[in-house]
Amino acid sequence: MTLTRRALLGAGAALALWPAAARAQDVAAARALVDRLVAEVNAVIASGVPEDRMIAQFAQIFQAYADAPTIARYSLGADARAASPDQLARYTQAFSNYVAEKYGRRFREFVGGEIVVEDARAVPNGIEVTTTAIFRNQAPFRADFWVSEATGQPKFFNLIIEGVNMLLSERTEVQALLDQRGGDIDRLIADLSAM
Amino acid sequence: MSSLPHSLVLLLAAGALAGCSVAPPGAEVHDPYEGLNRRVHAVNKAADRVALRPLGRLAAQAPEVVTQPVVNFSDNAGLPGTVVNNLLQGDVEGAARNSLRFVVNTTVGVLGLADPAGAIGLQEVETDFGATLARWGAPEGAYLELPGFGPSTERDAAGRVVDILLDPLDGLGEVPDPVRDLSFPAKVAEQVVERGQLGSTFDEILYESADSYAQARLIYLQNRRFELGQAPAATDEDYYFDPYAETAE
Repeated sequence: MTLTRRALLGAGAALALWPAAARAQDVAAARALVDRLVAEVNAVIASGVPEDRMIAQFAQIFQAYADAPTIARYSLGADARAASPDQLARYTQAFSNYVAEKYGRRFREFVGGEIVVEDARAVPNGIEVTTTAIFRNQAPFRADFWVSEATGQPKFFNLIIEGVNMLLSERTEVQALLDQRGGDIDRLIADLSAM
Repeated sequence: MSSLPHSLVLLLAAGALAGCSVAPPGAEVHDPYEGLNRRVHAVNKAADRVALRPLGRLAAQAPEVVTQPVVNFSDNAGLPGTVVNNLLQGDVEGAARNSLRFVVNTTVGVLGLADPAGAIGLQEVETDFGATLARWGAPEGAYLELPGFGPSTERDAAGRVVDILLDPLDGLGEVPDPVRDLSFPAKVAEQVVERGQLGSTFDEILYESADSYAQARLIYLQNRRFELGQAPAATDEDYYFDPYAETAE
Protein backbone atom coordinates (compact mmCIF):
# COMPACT_ATOMS: atom_id res chain seq x y z
CA MET A 1 0.00 0.00 0.00
CA THR A 2 2.73 2.44 1.04
CA LEU A 3 4.71 1.57 -2.05
CA THR A 4 1.79 2.38 -4.33
CA ARG A 5 1.19 5.55 -2.44
CA ARG A 6 4.83 6.57 -2.80
CA ALA A 7 4.81 5.66 -6.47
CA LEU A 8 1.70 7.75 -6.95
CA LEU A 9 3.25 10.69 -5.13
CA GLY A 10 6.40 10.32 -7.21
CA ALA A 11 4.39 10.20 -10.40
CA GLY A 12 2.44 13.26 -9.30
CA ALA A 13 5.64 15.16 -8.60
CA ALA A 14 7.07 14.13 -11.96
CA LEU A 15 3.91 15.31 -13.68
CA ALA A 16 4.06 18.64 -11.86
CA LEU A 17 7.68 19.07 -12.91
CA TRP A 18 7.13 17.97 -16.48
CA PRO A 19 5.65 21.21 -17.86
CA ALA A 20 8.55 23.20 -16.40
CA ALA A 21 11.05 20.84 -18.00
CA ALA A 22 9.21 21.01 -21.32
CA ARG A 23 9.16 24.79 -21.07
CA ALA A 24 12.91 24.90 -20.48
CA GLN A 25 13.38 22.74 -23.58
CA ASP A 26 11.09 25.03 -25.61
CA VAL A 27 13.03 28.08 -24.46
CA ALA A 28 16.30 26.44 -25.56
CA ALA A 29 14.80 25.41 -28.91
CA ALA A 30 13.39 28.91 -29.53
CA ARG A 31 16.69 30.50 -28.68
CA ALA A 32 18.52 28.08 -30.98
CA LEU A 33 16.09 29.00 -33.79
CA VAL A 34 16.73 32.72 -33.36
CA ASP A 35 20.49 32.07 -33.03
CA ARG A 36 20.46 30.39 -36.46
CA LEU A 37 18.16 33.06 -37.95
CA VAL A 38 20.36 35.89 -36.65
CA ALA A 39 23.53 34.16 -37.93
CA GLU A 40 21.97 33.96 -41.42
CA VAL A 41 20.79 37.59 -41.31
CA ASN A 42 24.22 38.76 -40.15
CA ALA A 43 25.85 36.78 -42.98
CA VAL A 44 23.56 38.46 -45.55
CA ILE A 45 24.33 41.90 -44.07
CA ALA A 46 28.07 41.20 -44.14
CA SER A 47 28.04 39.79 -47.69
CA GLY A 48 27.32 43.19 -49.21
CA VAL A 49 25.48 41.69 -52.20
CA PRO A 50 23.27 43.97 -54.34
CA GLU A 51 19.86 44.93 -52.98
CA ASP A 52 17.71 42.63 -55.11
CA ARG A 53 19.80 39.60 -54.06
CA MET A 54 19.50 40.72 -50.43
CA ILE A 55 15.73 40.82 -50.76
CA ALA A 56 15.70 37.35 -52.33
CA GLN A 57 17.85 36.00 -49.49
CA PHE A 58 15.63 37.67 -46.91
CA ALA A 59 12.61 36.01 -48.54
CA GLN A 60 14.30 32.61 -48.13
CA ILE A 61 15.11 33.32 -44.47
CA PHE A 62 11.52 34.43 -43.84
CA GLN A 63 10.17 31.22 -45.45
CA ALA A 64 12.54 29.05 -43.40
CA TYR A 65 12.13 30.65 -39.97
CA ALA A 66 8.75 32.39 -39.88
CA ASP A 67 5.32 30.80 -39.60
CA ALA A 68 4.13 32.61 -42.73
CA PRO A 69 0.64 31.00 -42.90
CA THR A 70 -0.18 32.13 -39.34
CA ILE A 71 1.19 35.67 -39.82
CA ALA A 72 -0.66 35.98 -43.15
CA ARG A 73 -3.90 34.63 -41.69
CA TYR A 74 -3.69 36.99 -38.72
CA SER A 75 -3.18 39.98 -41.02
CA LEU A 76 -6.50 39.18 -42.73
CA GLY A 77 -8.38 39.42 -39.42
CA ALA A 78 -12.02 38.33 -39.51
CA ASP A 79 -11.88 38.19 -43.32
CA ALA A 80 -9.69 35.06 -43.02
CA ARG A 81 -12.79 33.09 -41.98
CA ALA A 82 -14.61 34.04 -45.18
CA ALA A 83 -11.67 33.04 -47.40
CA SER A 84 -11.52 29.65 -49.13
CA PRO A 85 -8.50 27.38 -48.44
CA ASP A 86 -7.29 28.09 -51.98
CA GLN A 87 -7.57 31.85 -51.45
CA LEU A 88 -5.73 31.53 -48.13
CA ALA A 89 -2.88 29.60 -49.75
CA ARG A 90 -2.52 32.15 -52.57
CA TYR A 91 -2.80 35.02 -50.12
CA THR A 92 -0.07 33.50 -47.89
CA GLN A 93 2.25 33.32 -50.90
CA ALA A 94 1.54 36.92 -51.99
CA PHE A 95 1.80 38.21 -48.42
CA SER A 96 5.17 36.46 -47.88
CA ASN A 97 6.61 38.08 -50.99
CA TYR A 98 5.26 41.48 -49.97
CA VAL A 99 6.77 41.14 -46.46
CA ALA A 100 10.14 40.01 -47.81
CA GLU A 101 10.19 42.96 -50.21
CA LYS A 102 9.11 45.50 -47.59
CA TYR A 103 11.49 44.39 -44.85
CA GLY A 104 14.25 43.29 -47.21
CA ARG A 105 14.54 46.80 -48.63
CA ARG A 106 15.59 47.96 -45.16
CA PHE A 107 18.62 45.67 -45.23
CA ARG A 108 20.57 48.31 -47.08
CA GLU A 109 20.57 50.39 -43.90
CA PHE A 110 21.94 47.44 -41.93
CA VAL A 111 25.26 47.18 -43.78
CA GLY A 112 28.12 47.24 -41.28
CA GLY A 113 25.85 46.21 -38.43
CA GLU A 114 24.89 43.04 -36.60
CA ILE A 115 22.21 41.52 -34.38
CA VAL A 116 23.03 39.96 -31.00
CA VAL A 117 20.75 37.46 -29.23
CA GLU A 118 20.28 38.52 -25.60
CA ASP A 119 17.75 36.38 -23.77
CA ALA A 120 14.82 33.97 -24.05
CA ARG A 121 11.85 33.46 -21.72
CA ALA A 122 8.49 31.70 -21.65
CA VAL A 123 5.47 33.99 -22.16
CA PRO A 124 1.73 33.12 -22.43
CA ASN A 125 1.75 32.67 -26.22
CA GLY A 126 5.12 30.92 -26.62
CA ILE A 127 8.74 31.94 -26.14
CA GLU A 128 10.06 35.49 -26.38
CA VAL A 129 13.64 35.81 -27.63
CA THR A 130 15.12 39.30 -27.22
CA THR A 131 17.91 40.61 -29.43
CA THR A 132 19.77 43.89 -29.84
CA ALA A 133 20.46 45.31 -33.29
CA ILE A 134 23.64 47.36 -33.47
CA PHE A 135 23.93 49.40 -36.66
CA ARG A 136 26.28 52.14 -37.74
CA ASN A 137 25.26 55.73 -36.96
CA GLN A 138 22.30 54.56 -34.90
CA ALA A 139 21.61 53.93 -31.25
CA PRO A 140 21.28 50.17 -30.61
CA PHE A 141 17.66 49.00 -30.65
CA ARG A 142 15.64 46.08 -29.30
CA ALA A 143 14.15 43.47 -31.60
CA ASP A 144 12.11 40.66 -30.02
CA PHE A 145 11.01 37.45 -31.73
CA TRP A 146 7.94 35.52 -30.56
CA VAL A 147 8.47 31.82 -31.22
CA SER A 148 5.91 29.02 -31.09
CA GLU A 149 5.93 25.27 -31.71
CA ALA A 150 2.19 25.25 -32.40
CA THR A 151 2.84 23.95 -35.92
CA GLY A 152 5.07 21.14 -34.60
CA GLN A 153 8.31 22.97 -35.30
CA PRO A 154 9.70 26.11 -33.70
CA LYS A 155 8.94 29.13 -35.93
CA PHE A 156 8.72 32.82 -35.18
CA PHE A 157 5.28 34.40 -35.61
CA ASN A 158 5.93 37.98 -34.55
CA LEU A 159 8.74 40.51 -34.54
CA ILE A 160 8.66 43.52 -32.18
CA ILE A 161 11.06 46.38 -32.86
CA GLU A 162 11.35 48.95 -30.07
CA GLY A 163 7.86 47.99 -28.95
CA VAL A 164 6.36 48.11 -32.45
CA ASN A 165 4.64 44.88 -33.34
CA MET A 166 4.75 43.41 -36.85
CA LEU A 167 1.51 41.38 -36.56
CA LEU A 168 -0.50 44.46 -35.53
CA SER A 169 1.20 46.73 -38.10
CA GLU A 170 0.54 44.32 -40.94
CA ARG A 171 -3.03 43.67 -39.83
CA THR A 172 -3.63 47.44 -39.85
CA GLU A 173 -2.08 47.69 -43.30
CA VAL A 174 -3.92 44.73 -44.79
CA GLN A 175 -7.27 45.84 -43.33
CA ALA A 176 -6.79 49.25 -44.99
CA LEU A 177 -5.80 47.61 -48.30
CA LEU A 178 -8.88 45.37 -48.11
CA ASP A 179 -11.17 48.32 -47.32
CA GLN A 180 -9.84 50.17 -50.37
CA ARG A 181 -10.74 47.10 -52.47
CA GLY A 182 -14.22 46.65 -51.04
CA GLY A 183 -13.11 43.53 -49.13
CA ASP A 184 -12.19 41.68 -52.34
CA ILE A 185 -9.45 39.21 -51.33
CA ASP A 186 -8.66 38.20 -54.92
CA ARG A 187 -7.96 41.81 -55.88
CA LEU A 188 -5.81 42.15 -52.76
CA ILE A 189 -3.81 39.03 -53.75
CA ALA A 190 -3.30 40.36 -57.28
CA ASP A 191 -2.20 43.80 -56.04
CA LEU A 192 0.12 42.40 -53.33
CA SER A 193 1.77 40.15 -55.92
CA ALA A 194 2.37 43.18 -58.15
CA MET A 195 3.93 45.28 -55.35
CA MET B 1 5.98 82.75 -22.16
CA SER B 2 8.17 82.14 -19.16
CA SER B 3 6.51 85.07 -17.37
CA LEU B 4 3.44 82.91 -16.70
CA PRO B 5 3.30 82.01 -13.01
CA HIS B 6 4.45 78.41 -12.58
CA SER B 7 1.52 77.60 -10.35
CA LEU B 8 -0.87 78.63 -13.14
CA VAL B 9 0.87 76.39 -15.66
CA LEU B 10 0.73 73.42 -13.28
CA LEU B 11 -2.94 74.14 -12.66
CA LEU B 12 -3.63 74.17 -16.39
CA ALA B 13 -1.75 70.90 -16.83
CA ALA B 14 -3.65 69.35 -13.93
CA GLY B 15 -6.92 70.49 -15.50
CA ALA B 16 -5.92 69.00 -18.84
CA LEU B 17 -5.06 65.72 -17.11
CA ALA B 18 -8.31 65.57 -15.18
CA GLY B 19 -9.93 65.61 -18.61
CA CYS B 20 -7.86 62.62 -19.79
CA SER B 21 -10.23 59.85 -20.69
CA VAL B 22 -9.29 56.40 -19.48
CA ALA B 23 -8.77 53.77 -22.17
CA PRO B 24 -10.85 50.62 -21.86
CA PRO B 25 -8.68 47.81 -20.43
CA GLY B 26 -6.89 45.66 -22.99
CA ALA B 27 -7.54 48.09 -25.85
CA GLU B 28 -4.52 48.84 -27.99
CA VAL B 29 -5.86 52.15 -29.25
CA HIS B 30 -8.21 54.64 -27.59
CA ASP B 31 -9.14 57.24 -30.20
CA PRO B 32 -12.47 58.98 -29.53
CA TYR B 33 -11.33 62.07 -31.51
CA GLU B 34 -10.49 60.10 -34.64
CA GLY B 35 -12.43 62.36 -37.01
CA LEU B 36 -10.65 65.52 -35.86
CA ASN B 37 -7.31 63.69 -35.60
CA ARG B 38 -7.59 62.50 -39.19
CA ARG B 39 -8.16 66.08 -40.40
CA VAL B 40 -5.06 67.24 -38.47
CA HIS B 41 -3.14 64.30 -39.95
CA ALA B 42 -4.06 65.41 -43.46
CA VAL B 43 -2.77 68.93 -42.71
CA ASN B 44 0.44 67.59 -41.14
CA LYS B 45 1.00 65.33 -44.11
CA ALA B 46 0.51 68.20 -46.55
CA ALA B 47 2.98 70.32 -44.54
CA ASP B 48 5.47 67.45 -44.64
CA ARG B 49 5.08 67.10 -48.39
CA VAL B 50 5.62 70.78 -49.20
CA ALA B 51 8.09 71.78 -46.46
CA LEU B 52 9.54 69.28 -44.03
CA ARG B 53 10.36 66.49 -46.47
CA PRO B 54 12.09 68.71 -49.09
CA LEU B 55 14.03 70.53 -46.35
CA GLY B 56 14.95 67.19 -44.77
CA ARG B 57 16.31 65.99 -48.10
CA LEU B 58 18.46 69.12 -48.36
CA ALA B 59 19.72 68.59 -44.81
CA ALA B 60 20.53 64.95 -45.61
CA GLN B 61 22.80 66.17 -48.42
CA ALA B 62 24.59 68.70 -46.22
CA PRO B 63 27.86 67.48 -44.69
CA GLU B 64 27.61 66.15 -41.16
CA VAL B 65 30.05 68.80 -39.89
CA VAL B 66 27.25 71.30 -40.58
CA THR B 67 24.20 69.39 -39.37
CA GLN B 68 25.61 67.57 -36.33
CA PRO B 69 26.50 70.79 -34.38
CA VAL B 70 22.90 71.99 -34.85
CA VAL B 71 21.55 68.75 -33.41
CA ASN B 72 24.13 68.87 -30.58
CA PHE B 73 23.25 72.48 -29.75
CA SER B 74 19.52 71.80 -29.65
CA ASP B 75 19.91 68.66 -27.53
CA ASN B 76 22.19 70.52 -25.13
CA ALA B 77 19.78 73.44 -24.71
CA GLY B 78 17.07 70.93 -23.78
CA LEU B 79 19.13 69.33 -21.00
CA PRO B 80 18.10 71.59 -18.08
CA GLY B 81 14.46 70.70 -18.73
CA THR B 82 15.40 67.02 -18.89
CA VAL B 83 17.24 67.27 -15.56
CA VAL B 84 14.11 68.66 -13.87
CA ASN B 85 12.11 65.71 -15.21
CA ASN B 86 14.82 63.24 -14.11
CA LEU B 87 14.47 64.66 -10.60
CA LEU B 88 10.66 64.68 -10.66
CA GLN B 89 10.86 60.99 -11.53
CA GLY B 90 13.31 60.33 -8.70
CA ASP B 91 16.12 59.52 -11.14
CA VAL B 92 19.00 61.20 -9.30
CA GLU B 93 21.66 59.40 -11.31
CA GLY B 94 20.10 60.52 -14.61
CA ALA B 95 19.85 64.09 -13.30
CA ALA B 96 23.52 64.06 -12.27
CA ARG B 97 24.62 62.59 -15.59
CA ASN B 98 22.59 65.13 -17.63
CA SER B 99 23.77 68.05 -15.46
CA LEU B 100 27.40 67.10 -15.91
CA ARG B 101 26.78 66.64 -19.61
CA PHE B 102 25.24 70.12 -19.82
CA VAL B 103 28.18 71.76 -17.99
CA VAL B 104 30.84 69.95 -20.05
CA ASN B 105 29.19 70.53 -23.42
CA THR B 106 28.22 74.16 -22.76
CA THR B 107 31.83 75.02 -21.81
CA VAL B 108 34.31 72.59 -23.42
CA GLY B 109 31.81 71.83 -26.19
CA VAL B 110 31.46 75.53 -27.10
CA LEU B 111 27.80 76.38 -26.27
CA GLY B 112 26.88 72.75 -26.90
CA LEU B 113 27.88 72.71 -30.57
CA ALA B 114 30.24 69.80 -29.90
CA ASP B 115 29.58 66.75 -27.75
CA PRO B 116 32.77 66.01 -25.78
CA ALA B 117 30.63 64.57 -22.95
CA GLY B 118 29.30 61.89 -25.30
CA ALA B 119 32.86 61.11 -26.35
CA ILE B 120 33.73 60.20 -22.74
CA GLY B 121 30.61 58.05 -22.35
CA LEU B 122 28.25 60.59 -20.77
CA GLN B 123 25.18 59.88 -22.91
CA GLU B 124 21.92 61.74 -22.32
CA VAL B 125 19.30 60.02 -20.18
CA GLU B 126 16.32 61.17 -22.26
CA THR B 127 12.96 61.94 -20.71
CA ASP B 128 10.20 64.57 -20.68
CA PHE B 129 7.22 65.74 -18.62
CA GLY B 130 4.91 63.30 -20.40
CA ALA B 131 7.11 60.53 -18.96
CA THR B 132 7.00 62.24 -15.54
CA LEU B 133 3.19 62.25 -15.66
CA ALA B 134 3.26 58.55 -16.59
CA ARG B 135 5.57 57.87 -13.63
CA TRP B 136 3.16 59.73 -11.37
CA GLY B 137 0.38 57.42 -12.48
CA ALA B 138 -1.53 59.72 -14.86
CA PRO B 139 -3.49 57.72 -17.46
CA GLU B 140 -2.33 57.85 -21.09
CA GLY B 141 -5.65 59.33 -22.18
CA ALA B 142 -6.95 59.46 -25.72
CA TYR B 143 -4.77 59.46 -28.81
CA LEU B 144 -4.19 62.91 -30.33
CA GLU B 145 -2.52 64.06 -33.50
CA LEU B 146 -1.18 67.56 -32.79
CA PRO B 147 -0.78 70.17 -35.53
CA GLY B 148 2.93 70.46 -36.33
CA PHE B 149 4.03 68.01 -33.64
CA GLY B 150 2.32 64.89 -34.93
CA PRO B 151 1.24 61.82 -32.92
CA SER B 152 0.65 62.28 -29.19
CA THR B 153 -1.75 61.42 -26.38
CA GLU B 154 -3.67 63.58 -23.93
CA ARG B 155 -0.98 62.86 -21.33
CA ASP B 156 1.93 63.58 -23.69
CA ALA B 157 0.29 66.76 -25.01
CA ALA B 158 -0.09 68.06 -21.43
CA GLY B 159 3.56 67.11 -20.89
CA ARG B 160 4.63 69.06 -23.95
CA VAL B 161 2.82 72.20 -22.74
CA VAL B 162 4.58 72.01 -19.37
CA ASP B 163 7.98 71.29 -20.94
CA ILE B 164 7.64 74.36 -23.18
CA LEU B 165 6.22 76.77 -20.58
CA LEU B 166 8.40 75.70 -17.65
CA ASP B 167 11.76 75.41 -19.39
CA PRO B 168 14.32 76.03 -16.60
CA LEU B 169 16.81 77.22 -19.21
CA ASP B 170 15.01 80.59 -19.10
CA GLY B 171 15.92 81.03 -15.42
CA LEU B 172 19.56 79.94 -15.62
CA GLY B 173 21.36 83.32 -15.58
CA GLU B 174 24.83 81.73 -15.81
CA VAL B 175 24.12 80.15 -19.19
CA PRO B 176 25.51 82.14 -22.16
CA ASP B 177 22.77 84.07 -23.99
CA PRO B 178 23.05 82.32 -27.38
CA VAL B 179 22.19 78.96 -25.77
CA ARG B 180 18.90 80.46 -24.58
CA ASP B 181 18.13 82.72 -27.54
CA LEU B 182 18.84 80.15 -30.25
CA SER B 183 17.30 77.14 -28.56
CA PHE B 184 13.95 77.44 -30.36
CA PRO B 185 15.30 77.90 -33.92
CA ALA B 186 17.80 75.11 -33.23
CA LYS B 187 14.93 72.86 -32.15
CA VAL B 188 13.15 73.51 -35.44
CA ALA B 189 16.36 72.90 -37.42
CA GLU B 190 16.90 69.65 -35.50
CA GLN B 191 13.47 68.41 -36.62
CA VAL B 192 14.48 69.08 -40.23
CA VAL B 193 17.79 67.21 -39.86
CA GLU B 194 16.08 64.25 -38.22
CA ARG B 195 13.40 64.17 -40.92
CA GLY B 196 16.27 63.88 -43.41
CA GLN B 197 18.04 61.13 -41.48
CA LEU B 198 14.89 59.04 -41.03
CA GLY B 199 13.81 59.77 -44.61
CA SER B 200 12.83 56.34 -45.87
CA THR B 201 11.23 55.21 -42.59
CA PHE B 202 9.03 58.31 -42.52
CA ASP B 203 8.20 58.08 -46.21
CA GLU B 204 7.18 54.46 -45.81
CA ILE B 205 4.73 55.29 -43.02
CA LEU B 206 3.35 58.52 -44.51
CA TYR B 207 3.29 57.80 -48.23
CA GLU B 208 3.56 54.06 -48.79
CA SER B 209 1.12 52.65 -46.26
CA ALA B 210 -2.53 52.19 -47.15
CA ASP B 211 -3.73 54.16 -44.09
CA SER B 212 -0.92 56.40 -42.88
CA TYR B 213 -3.02 57.79 -40.02
CA ALA B 214 -3.69 54.34 -38.54
CA GLN B 215 -0.06 53.24 -39.06
CA ALA B 216 1.38 56.37 -37.42
CA ARG B 217 -1.05 56.02 -34.50
CA LEU B 218 -0.20 52.36 -33.91
CA ILE B 219 3.55 52.91 -34.18
CA TYR B 220 3.54 55.98 -31.92
CA LEU B 221 1.47 54.36 -29.16
CA GLN B 222 3.45 51.13 -29.11
CA ASN B 223 6.85 52.80 -29.29
CA ARG B 224 5.94 55.38 -26.64
CA ARG B 225 4.70 52.69 -24.24
CA PHE B 226 7.95 50.81 -24.83
CA GLU B 227 9.99 53.97 -24.24
CA LEU B 228 8.16 54.69 -20.99
CA GLY B 229 9.37 51.33 -19.77
CA GLN B 230 5.91 49.98 -19.09
CA ALA B 231 7.34 46.63 -20.09
CA PRO B 232 4.69 43.92 -20.07
CA ALA B 233 5.09 41.20 -17.44
CA ALA B 234 5.97 37.71 -18.71
CA THR B 235 2.42 36.69 -17.73
CA ASP B 236 0.54 39.53 -19.50
CA GLU B 237 -1.98 37.72 -21.74
CA ASP B 238 -3.29 40.92 -23.34
CA TYR B 239 0.15 41.92 -24.59
CA TYR B 240 1.21 38.39 -25.52
CA PHE B 241 -1.86 37.76 -27.65
CA ASP B 242 -2.03 34.39 -29.35
CA PRO B 243 -2.68 34.33 -33.12
CA TYR B 244 -2.92 30.52 -32.97
CA ALA B 245 -5.93 30.71 -30.65
CA GLU B 246 -7.64 32.87 -33.29
CA THR B 247 -6.78 30.42 -36.07
CA ALA B 248 -8.41 27.60 -34.08
CA GLU B 249 -11.73 29.45 -33.84
